[in-house]
Amino acid sequence: MPLLKTDDESTEIESLLKGIHERYGYDFTHYSQASLKRRLNRVREHTKLFSYPELLERLYQDEQCFDLFLKHMSITVTEMFRDPAVYLSIREKIIPILKTFPFIKIWHAGCATGEEAYSMAILLHEEGFLDRARIYATDFNKQSLETGQAGIYSSKNMGTYAANYLAAGGKKNLSDYYSSSYDLVKFDDFLKEHITFSYHNLVTDGVFGEMNLICCRNVLIYFDKVLQDHVLSLFTESLRHGGFLCLGSKESLNFTKVKKMFEPVDTKYRIYRMTEALHV
Amino acid sequence: MYEAVVMGLSAGGMNVLKTIIPALPATFPLPIAIVQHIAPSSDGYLAEYLGQISAIPVKEAEDKEILRGGTAYLAPAGYHLLIEANRTFSLSIDESVNYCCPSIDVLFDSAADVYRQNLIGIVLTGANADGSKGLKKIKEGGGLAIVQDPLTAEVPYMPQAALNATVIDYILDVSQIAPLLARLGKVGEGENNVRSIS
Repeated sequence: MPLLKTDDESTEIESLLKGIHERYGYDFTHYSQASLKRRLNRVREHTKLFSYPELLERLYQDEQCFDLFLKHMSITVTEMFRDPAVYLSIREKIIPILKTFPFIKIWHAGCATGEEAYSMAILLHEEGFLDRARIYATDFNKQSLETGQAGIYSSKNMGTYAANYLAAGGKKNLSDYYSSSYDLVKFDDFLKEHITFSYHNLVTDGVFGEMNLICCRNVLIYFDKVLQDHVLSLFTESLRHGGFLCLGSKESLNFTKVKKMFEPVDTKYRIYRMTEALHV
Repeated sequence: MYEAVVMGLSAGGMNVLKTIIPALPATFPLPIAIVQHIAPSSDGYLAEYLGQISAIPVKEAEDKEILRGGTAYLAPAGYHLLIEANRTFSLSIDESVNYCCPSIDVLFDSAADVYRQNLIGIVLTGANADGSKGLKKIKEGGGLAIVQDPLTAEVPYMPQAALNATVIDYILDVSQIAPLLARLGKVGEGENNVRSIS
C-alpha cells in the first residue's frame, strides 16, 4: 500500500467520508479515526482500490461495493455473556427492580449478530419474567441482523459461551437453549419470540422510546467525543425515568455531558441509573 | 525531539516491565504506551502493581484519555489500544491481530501515523511476531527502533522477529533501556529549550 503523508491522508479520508454521507446518508465523520483507518485499509485491500479518490468514485457508483464497505465499517465482534460479571451484576442489581414492572422494554443498541440479545433473553427466562419483556436489538448492518433473526451460530464458540454463561450465574446449561446440527447451533424459538431485530443507525436515527434498560456495550469506543455525547443524549431521551444504562467495561460517563443525569449502580461494570429527567 | 514511547511485550514481559518502568526517573518527560499480552480476564492489577514500585504514574489507558508526559499507560486486557491524531487514546474490540488483542502492531501502527519521526518504539521479550510490522512502520516514518537483545530475552522469538523485519537503532539488554530512555527524553527537552530561546 502506498505510504501517504499523514496530513494528506487525513484530508483524503475526510473527503471520502463526506462523499459517502452525501450519497448514502451514512455518517462516519465522527468515528474514532485510528480504528476507522484500519477498517478503511481492509476495504482498500479487499477492493484493490488503494487511492481514496478512486475508492470514493467506485463507492459512489457501485451500491454493491458500498454494501461491502458497510460490512467492513460495522463492528461485528461480539459473544454471548461477554464479561460474565456484568451479567451477574445485572441479575443481582437490576433484575429485582425490573421485576416490579408489569412489562419491561430492553434495547440492545449496536447488537451486531445478536448474541447479547439472546444472552439477555436467557437471563430473563431464568428469572421468570421473559413473558413480560420485549428486547429490541438494533444495528445498521443488515446482514448481522439477519444472523440474529435466524438465531443460528457457529458451534465453535459454544465452549467459551457455555463457560461465560455459568460465570454469569446461569442456572442450567447453555446447551439446554439450543439444538445442534453439524457445526451449527440454533437457539430455541421461544427466546426469539421476545426479541425484535430491527435496523437503527445510532448516528442518524432518532429516539427509540420508553426503555427500562439500554445495553450499548463496546460501541461508544468507536465514536469521537461529539458523537458519544450525541448518542448518550439519544439514550437519555429513550430511557424511562429511573431506567438503566449498561456500557462496555472500558466505557464510562465520565467527561460526558449526560453524566449528572445518572448515578452509578455498579461502578466497576459501568451500569448506571438515570435519576434526572431530561430538560429539567 | 521525541514526543512519545510505545512498547510491546509478550511472554516474559512482566519481569521486563518490572525492570524498566521503576528505573525511569520521576522527571521522565514522555508518555509511554504499553501493550503487554495478557489474559482477557485480567483486571488492571499489573498497572496498579507497577505504579506502586515506580517513580512515574502507571495506569490502564482509558478511552478518549489525553496522553500525559511522564505517565506509563497499559492497554486494558481484551482491547486494542490506539492513539488518535489529537493525542488521545481510543480502544477497540476489533478482530485479534497476530492472534492478539491487544495487539502491539495495532498500537505501533496508529502511533507511527501520529508521531512520525518523534516516536520511540521498543519490542521486548515474547513468543510471537506481534510488533515487528509496527516497528517497521515506525522506522519508515523516521522514528527510533529499540529491540531487546534476543540473547538476553526470556523468550527471544519476538525481538528476533523485529530484528529481522527492519533496521534497529539499539539492541540492548533490559537494564540498559531505562537509562537510554531517560537520556533521549532529556535530549528532547534540551532541544526544546534551544528552540524556545532562539
